[in-house]
Amino acid sequence: MGKKLLIHNDKVPGIASLEVYRAHGGYASVEKALKSMTPDQVTDEVKKSGLRGRGGAGFPTGMKWSFLAKPEGVPRYLVCNADESEPGTFKDRYLMEKIPHALIEGMITSSYALGAKTSYIYIRGEYFYVARILETAIAEAYAAGWLGQNILGTGFSHDCYVQVGGGAYICGEETALLESLEGKRGNPRIKPPFPAVAGLWGCPTVVNNVETIAAVCPIINMGGEEYAKIGIGKSTGTKLISASGHINKPGVYEIELGVPVEEFIYSEEYCGGIRNGKKLKAVVAGGSSVPILPTELILKTAKGEPRLMTYESLGDGGFITGTMLGSGGFIVMDEDTSIVKNLFTFTRFYHHESCGQCSPCREGTGWMEKILKKFLNGTATESDVDLLWDIQSKIEGKTICPLGEAAAWPVAAAIRHFKQEFLDIARSKKFVDISHYNRLNQIVA
Amino acid sequence: MSSQIHGAQHFDKAKRVEVKFSDEAMRTVQTIISRYPEGKQKSALLPVLHVAQAEFGGWLSPETMDYVASILNIKPIEVFEVASFYTMYNLKPMGKCVLEVCQTSSCWLNGAEDIVKYIEKKLGIKVGETTKDGMFSLKVAECLGSCGTAPMMQCGASFHENLTYEKVDRILDDYKTQGKLRSYTDHDYKNTL
Repeated sequence: MGKKLLIHNDKVPGIASLEVYRAHGGYASVEKALKSMTPDQVTDEVKKSGLRGRGGAGFPTGMKWSFLAKPEGVPRYLVCNADESEPGTFKDRYLMEKIPHALIEGMITSSYALGAKTSYIYIRGEYFYVARILETAIAEAYAAGWLGQNILGTGFSHDCYVQVGGGAYICGEETALLESLEGKRGNPRIKPPFPAVAGLWGCPTVVNNVETIAAVCPIINMGGEEYAKIGIGKSTGTKLISASGHINKPGVYEIELGVPVEEFIYSEEYCGGIRNGKKLKAVVAGGSSVPILPTELILKTAKGEPRLMTYESLGDGGFITGTMLGSGGFIVMDEDTSIVKNLFTFTRFYHHESCGQCSPCREGTGWMEKILKKFLNGTATESDVDLLWDIQSKIEGKTICPLGEAAAWPVAAAIRHFKQEFLDIARSKKFVDISHYNRLNQIVA
Repeated sequence: MSSQIHGAQHFDKAKRVEVKFSDEAMRTVQTIISRYPEGKQKSALLPVLHVAQAEFGGWLSPETMDYVASILNIKPIEVFEVASFYTMYNLKPMGKCVLEVCQTSSCWLNGAEDIVKYIEKKLGIKVGETTKDGMFSLKVAECLGSCGTAPMMQCGASFHENLTYEKVDRILDDYKTQGKLRSYTDHDYKNTL
């Protein structure tokens, strides 16, 4: 059983309430930070911990914090990115729904380190009921003096608010999120300036993922160096993995970074193997944007070493034979899955979610969806595979924000590893969907 | 616009509603505005549009959008450009209960397409349509963050997960007989049972 730091109490009855959360050691990091540490010391502990952004990019959190500009007399903001929309990812929802105070505690401790008097939790509009849970928790925290003026008599004051979005994947990109928080369309901004210099309403702002902010609590409690001992190499600490697809036990798992992928898929502690005794075909390891890998490359690297659940091991071999840990959205596909059709659902998604600012993404995602549709209705030709490759290569790196890459990478990887499947459809002029949906009848209603 | 859609009775009612927040809704709106620094009240636009949509018949008419603009002291076009960008705002009247079936990868892998077909057959409508009695609208949605409990659909604020045909029957029957849905979520992750 690996170490759990974030959701170890998720099955405690009433853990969503302040009383129970506090009884299980909640808000200790706020007490420790505010009473015995300076803001810089808190930031230093986060730096020492090696914590990396859990939203997908994996950028070192301590370093991101240290970039925050601190001009005199200008307010600074912490914004929590709870716009969890990457297909295959549902860990933040689980954390916020089960243990909302873990996020609020992290917001207070992190805001103290950053000198932010106000913070916002920007949550996707579809998670409306989760926003309600957070608002209830925030009201409890205010009533108990964890939020508001002069917290614990230390002179530090902080306000935390929830804002619900309107339904747009692009708002998970941090500058689009800030635009949306300002009441505008979610069009990503051109960087620089980065939010650390000019973010919310032009003020210095740090935007962090839910899980990242929640991880600050155990880091302060145990110390950055202790936290860094968990995991392997530069992949320190624990990570929430959202496991879905054709597995026996879908759900959210907290793992110590470094668990072998094979163990994660097949052990009873985690996914419990492939449903219905089928064979594994492919895995999307870190949310829809990251390259899909076939069985032989997800279980072992090209060098033949066991693939581990770390940033480095999953990335081993670059995009030719590797992938990314990303957001931890782990989608497993069995032997009957059509990679082409799965790719179609991803591409339709990106076409739907493109904000329309940059033509390569706005037009390219639509073209890719149309071409993939040709495969599904049996009118595609072999040259369409090359066309698809050509289009994705002309989106990547040519857009303001990474949605372009996110749309291009899955297409490139599907062709790289499963080209034969595309060619077979193009040659036979028919698409046969053999995916079995018998889970529908398996689940007891 | 509404004359082209079935269920005119329901929508006429929505149309007749006077565009003015109730006292309670107005208090909610004021609370939302108070979360932002002075002069930054435009930031309240997205949450206020949700309040307005719930208050004025489940969609945002041009009159509603103009009203929201006047409250936030911004131009009507600033409201429209936001309302038309985000998928959760309806710019035309919808059924009382909007069924949004997720169709992205994990849900597709678990049979979302069959759920859509089943609902289409059961309600006698296609995706994008509303039943004649104005009760149900059917939409497809992109990933709603329920991949571990796929397939799923959202109805209003409720998440309905681990869908089966029987479960769909029950949800629709519940709504027909009680006019509301019971809980926000009914997911049961296998690892958390």
